[in-house]
Amino acid sequence: MAKINVSVIKLRFRGRLKVKEETRNFYNGVFIDLGELVLFTGKVIRQMFQPPFEFREFIKHGFLLGNKSLALVAVTGFIMGLVLTMQMNPILADFGAQTLLPGVIAVSMVRELGPVITGLICAGKISSGIGAEIAAMTVTEQIDAMEVSGTRPLSFVVASRVMATTLVVPILVIFADAFSLLGAFLAVNIFEDTSVTLFVNRSFSLLGFVDLFPSTLKTVLFGFFIGLIGSYKGYTAGRGTESVGLAANSAVVAASLTIFVIDLVFVLITSIL
Amino acid sequence: MDKEEVITVESLYKSFDENPILRGIDMTLNKGENLGIVGKSGIGKSVLIKCIVRLIEPDAGVISVLGTNILDCDSNELNELRKKVGYLFQGGALYDSMSVRENLFFPIRRTQFKDKKLDTEELIERSLRSVGLLDAIDKMPSELSGGMKKRIALARTLILKPEIILYDEPTTGLDAVTSGEISELILKIREEYNTAAIIITHDMKCAKIATDSIKIMDEGIFKVEGTYDELSRSQEKEIRDFFN
Repeated sequence: MAKINVSVIKLRFRGRLKVKEETRNFYNGVFIDLGELVLFTGKVIRQMFQPPFEFREFIKHGFLLGNKSLALVAVTGFIMGLVLTMQMNPILADFGAQTLLPGVIAVSMVRELGPVITGLICAGKISSGIGAEIAAMTVTEQIDAMEVSGTRPLSFVVASRVMATTLVVPILVIFADAFSLLGAFLAVNIFEDTSVTLFVNRSFSLLGFVDLFPSTLKTVLFGFFIGLIGSYKGYTAGRGTESVGLAANSAVVAASLTIFVIDLVFVLITSIL
Repeated sequence: MDKEEVITVESLYKSFDENPILRGIDMTLNKGENLGIVGKSGIGKSVLIKCIVRLIEPDAGVISVLGTNILDCDSNELNELRKKVGYLFQGGALYDSMSVRENLFFPIRRTQFKDKKLDTEELIERSLRSVGLLDAIDKMPSELSGGMKKRIALARTLILKPEIILYDEPTTGLDAVTSGEISELILKIREEYNTAAIIITHDMKCAKIATDSIKIMDEGIFKVEGTYDELSRSQEKEIRDFFN
């Protein structure tokens, strides 16, 4: 009978235990992070209603964040509209439903693609930017300096940025939607000569309140969480310089994931209603 | 007559990941006193003063600042108390997106926004004059040298007229001349603003100039206490090491 090598079994068992422990630590970390994010959200919301109000900071960040992302969002929207129209046209042509093309593009862009793609762009650009900026402030003890002088950095640094993104992201989505329709108009004109009036009429013929309201509400939440997650990751960054990169990176991942989750929840709610 | 205690710390404990840093610290700081805390790097000196302003939450102990147990304060009470305690960070921690004027204006704007009669310009100029850097009022932090940054950070601390100032290695990274100037400045600030101070330092020249008494920290507690002259005469190796 072959001898059982006990030490090998022990090593394998230890290895499995280690993997289990690491997995448990990972999940614990995720839940701890979630819990801390909830507490952080509560604090930030409370700070939004406590004077002094940082109206100038809010306007400054709103302008900067919006201005920086506008070109990217507009170009992406335009290309999305153009590409989607070119791909949808032959499919609808098979059914003789080409006249529905502007409406289909408008519905898909306004309901889903416009908000989600703009949200993802903003998660990549705005959330990471906020995360890195606040993390740099944390690393250089600027946040601590505000904290110890009783100046409430959560209100000055975080609340103003979160309010700015909450306002700016829906505006950027409107731009993305508008530019996607422009792209779609261009693509439609490649296949057949269509007037602007006819295109606009056909685009809005399929759009209703049910399409506009949830998607707008969704973008407000996207904006809120893009600002919040970026700020949270920056605020809770470690002390070394590598924390700045880590904060930016994890802000993008967490914000992108949150956008998909919010989107899924909204789709489920609207489909039930 | 009993001296008025502005900070009292009793049995303060703090660990990071099972690694004990503070192991039952007891200390008092009296009004008008400049207390130096000396010890090797990583021994927990900065942790102690961060606990005093609750930038770090201690595991156990009592910290009384200006008669208030800081560990019992809610966030509003804590903010009120923090306005009376200045903190000079090692790197200055100037807000790099703001000019010197804005750096100094910021704490007033955020904490005394209800006081419409406050002459902020006068306050800013007075603070900058105290640190001898009125000329730098419109400069950005990136245009300042290390020593200037620390002076401006000190001016920012002074603007709220604190009763206590906590200096975290005020002369680290500075040349001997600038270190001497900063040490003299610490003394001058005490005279001008009637503050008490805890000065964390490795620089024994700074400790000699700026402190009334020195505590040497080791293994999470204060091992020795005395004036600079008393400690400098000590024959114990651990103490002599700091003076050589």
